[in-house]
Amino acid sequence: MIRVTAVSKQYAGGREAALQKASFEVRKGEFFCVLGPSGCGKTTLINIIAGFVKASSGQVLFDGKPVDGPCRDRIVVFQEHNLFDWMSVAANVEFGLKAKGVPAAERCRIAGEFIDLVHLKGFETAYPASLSGGMKQRVALARAMAVDPGCVLMDEPLGSLDSQMRERLQLEIMALWEKTKKTILMVTHDIEEAVFLSDRVALMSKAPGGISEIVNISLPRPRTAAVKATPEFQKLKRELSEKIMGDR
Amino acid sequence: MKILKKALPFFAVLLIWELLFRFGLLNEYLLPSPLSVAKAGLALAGSGELFLDLFASVKRVLAGFLAAAVFGLTLGTLSGYGRSLSDAIMPLCEFLRPIPPIAWIPIAILWFGLGDNPAYFIVFIGAFFPIFINSYWGIRESRLMHLNVARNFGASRFLVLTDVLLPGSLPRILHGLRIGLGLGWTSVISAELVGAQSGLGYMIQMNRVMLKTENIIAGMVTIGLAGLLMNYLMLLLEKRLLTWRKDTLRSAETAEA
Ligand SMILES: Nc1ncnc2c1ncn2[C@@H]1O[C@H](COP(=O)(O)OP(=O)(O)OP(=O)(O)O)[C@@H](O)[C@H]1O
Ligand SMILES: [Mg+2]
Repeated sequence: MIRVTAVSKQYAGGREAALQKASFEVRKGEFFCVLGPSGCGKTTLINIIAGFVKASSGQVLFDGKPVDGPCRDRIVVFQEHNLFDWMSVAANVEFGLKAKGVPAAERCRIAGEFIDLVHLKGFETAYPASLSGGMKQRVALARAMAVDPGCVLMDEPLGSLDSQMRERLQLEIMALWEKTKKTILMVTHDIEEAVFLSDRVALMSKAPGGISEIVNISLPRPRTAAVKATPEFQKLKRELSEKIMGDR
Repeated sequence: MKILKKALPFFAVLLIWELLFRFGLLNEYLLPSPLSVAKAGLALAGSGELFLDLFASVKRVLAGFLAAAVFGLTLGTLSGYGRSLSDAIMPLCEFLRPIPPIAWIPIAILWFGLGDNPAYFIVFIGAFFPIFINSYWGIRESRLMHLNVARNFGASRFLVLTDVLLPGSLPRILHGLRIGLGLGWTSVISAELVGAQSGLGYMIQMNRVMLKTENIIAGMVTIGLAGLLMNYLMLLLEKRLLTWRKDTLRSAETAEA
């Protein structure tokens, strides 16, 4: 579905490359995580796949076609709060549908459905400024899913949340994925998060980042929070952190 | 309680002023007592004269302000959105902007004669620049993040303008309108000092000639109060339109508590 081939990025004025020959493939319907330390080029990678940034070399194919510019088939959920502050929760979720040309009544129905899915029923008329960080990210997730994209690209969507909220939203993202069957590509620096959510995890090396290895996460599904306590989970976690350490 | 706190400085000034007068430290022709100013003001209001002048000034400021708002918003928005337009007109604007509204009065009188027309023009000049500049920067400084989100969803340029850029820069636009109205109000008074036969500016000028200092000060107080009221109304409008802002949400909460 997404095929990244030897993608590198050298920003004009950047001292060294932000991304070095990254290659991997994300399959349709898969939950794929890219795990890497801070500053290794995760955001750069997401921006290139989304089409916001042009790769210096290499290519990204989406459904067999080269990516040139952003497209509503690849919706990004950013790390930072990226809602429209002047729109209510419902209007935010409806925005993508409006851009798509969906009639108002239909928009309202679909938005309601997704607001329900992220457990924000009753907050339709609230403005982002009155929501907690976790609620804001839920709105962003609902907004992304509502337009029925081919895949959702997540740039550390839980990065700014406290650990409790993080764990809750991990479960919600998992539930959303199981219900919508969307392809999800998520970048994160959190090993536990990557292992818990993913079918496969790509390890990114320290800056300048490239993909050093891809690890299968064969934990059975559906997964609940309880899986984190199992020896298999702990073993995978240890394995990944050793690989990341070994990379230094 | 809050209103009392705001009114206190006014009473303090009046008290000191009255005391200075009582102790004979003030020359009656240069600065009469607050009481005689109040009496003069009431007399002017009672005869209706004060209101005629007030309405004449308000009419001029509203007409000029409205024209400046329509023109400034349109031009500011368009040049904030389109690079080539802003490249073309920004240097011209930055050249015209430092010329104060009063410096336009002689040429305005030459062009439009005496009366309402030069005043409309002067108000327009005063109000236009803050409105234009603020809507320009409001659009220009829209967060890249929001634009990227809109682009990601494939929003048309029109939708980006109506749903993202304009509402996003509304705080700045409304701020520009409020500053514009305030500058328009000071401009209309200056214009009336020399180029009109009615209005508060004309009124205080005539009373200087007749050496009626208490009427001058009563006129000045009216100018100040009207400006205060206009500013307050604009702030009220901002609060009404920007319900989504954090500070508005906060103050609504504290008001309820
Ligand atoms: N627009 C840009 N121009 C120049 N250099 C940039 C730009 N954006 C990112 N970089 C540099 O590229 C490198 C990778 O940045 P990037 O934001 O992709 O990393 P990241 O893994 O997302 O980091 P974080 O974990 O902090 O989000 C960094 O060294 C950064 O300074
Ligand atoms: Mg990043």
